[in-house]
Amino acid sequence: MRDVSIIGIGQTPVGEHWERSLKELAGDAIQAAIKDAQIERVDVLYVGNMCSGTLNGQEHLGALISDWVGLRGVEAVKIEAACGSGAAALRLGYVAVAGELADFVVVAGVEKMTDRPGEQVTAALAMASDGDFEAQNGLSFVALNALLMRRYMHEYGVPHRDFAPFAINAHKNAIGNPCALFPHAVTAEDFCAAKMIADPVNLLDSSPVCDGAAAVVLCPTEIARQFNARPVRIRASSAATDTIALHDRRDLLGLEGASLSASKAYGQAKVTPKDIDLFELHDAFTIMSVLSLEACGFAERGRGVRLGTQGDIAIGGQIPITTMGGLKARGHPVGATGIYQVIEVALQLREQAGANQVRNARLGMAQNIGGSGATVVTTILEAVE
Amino acid sequence: MEIARHWRLQRHRYALVGEVCNHCGVKIFPARDVCPECNAPAKTPYTFSGKGEVYSYSTVHHPPEGFEHFAPYVVALVRLVEGPLVAAQLTDVEGEKIEIGMPVEMVTRKLRDDGSKGTIVYGYKFRPVIGGRTSLGAGEG
Repeated sequence: MRDVSIIGIGQTPVGEHWERSLKELAGDAIQAAIKDAQIERVDVLYVGNMCSGTLNGQEHLGALISDWVGLRGVEAVKIEAACGSGAAALRLGYVAVAGELADFVVVAGVEKMTDRPGEQVTAALAMASDGDFEAQNGLSFVALNALLMRRYMHEYGVPHRDFAPFAINAHKNAIGNPCALFPHAVTAEDFCAAKMIADPVNLLDSSPVCDGAAAVVLCPTEIARQFNARPVRIRASSAATDTIALHDRRDLLGLEGASLSASKAYGQAKVTPKDIDLFELHDAFTIMSVLSLEACGFAERGRGVRLGTQGDIAIGGQIPITTMGGLKARGHPVGATGIYQVIEVALQLREQAGANQVRNARLGMAQNIGGSGATVVTTILEAVE
Repeated sequence: MEIARHWRLQRHRYALVGEVCNHCGVKIFPARDVCPECNAPAKTPYTFSGKGEVYSYSTVHHPPEGFEHFAPYVVALVRLVEGPLVAAQLTDVEGEKIEIGMPVEMVTRKLRDDGSKGTIVYGYKFRPVIGGRTSLGAGEG
């Protein structure tokens, strides 16, 4: 198996891109990544996307986008794993290069959500859950996270306001990210007064509906320096699943898929959570941040919220998270998110994170989750000395 | 429309029919082809009592398409006395009155309709037990 590195990154600002279509957004990100990598050949294009069929009336994104972006003829296919689509596509790109089936792989993530009214987007996102026994009973995706959050608050006696630091931290960090959707601060008072979506989950617990595209270029580490002075090496790439439905979980608050995915990644990289300098986690909702930190070994069960209240999650803290705004404040264009996360870790390791730079960052982790914990892809990245 | 889909789910939705594993005895809802506990084939139907208690709950203020005119409505995970969790709506109760551990029972209600010419989908919801508590474990043993 070959060692794999990222040699190019490209991202569009996350926003409501009324003037840009899905393929145009994807094309912008891919062209930027190819330019950054300075490659002249692409062997494979993988496109992570969740909702193009339901929200954009368009499938077959591999052919659509490869043609649009001037890569006619290359192998190209769409990868779908709900909100984990981006990292699932990255995982397959990694497998292709590591397995010596391709040398130059472009992995893009794209989502175009704002062309449709809110109820249709809510229904499309609910397709990440069990269609017959969750969505058909009226459970929105937010509602599933609300069920997790209510149970967590009940079992561990945690008040809702203790989740505020996760939203506050994400918004604060978004100010330093030119691609972020919400580059403005929020306060604990804002958090407590936010509009209810599905109680106890309110607007500031939740990541926003938006558009965006991001892309990376992968190649074997042994030739990476020919293309980029600061390649970022993939130390570990792992994927795992859990039951798609919450009601089928053995341990509702355990997030077993995240735990399994992270432990496989730690094993491959031969590291422990203590070695990780920053963690771009899947903060689709504040409760997911907390459950992820616990499942990945950064906090004991029931104590994840304390990393927020104690300030450990800030840049400069014990385990900085959502260092460029996270899903909450950079934005969560669902199928693109997994690639945005990896790009943000790469920027930190390349020391290009500007005001948000985590000092001496050598090892960063990104974890992208599909559904309420059903598909979990973990990537550990390392700065190449 | 999806008429065949709703027709396939009738027994589950109207009578809370799941399965029992002939190998390890675990009760399964919703039905599946493989027992989640022992991986043996699971094909024997089992009708649940419909009794349980609230395990977690939420009031949905922003519904998905098709559920708009029910909003706000309450959804929950219900722990059935036979063991499984079920995701369902709660009915005949206000969100403020619900608490974790509250005993509930299954009723059949309208889940959604697809306009004046579409199908009306019925299925299970749960409501507070009328006239006193039932406790988990009453249906076991």
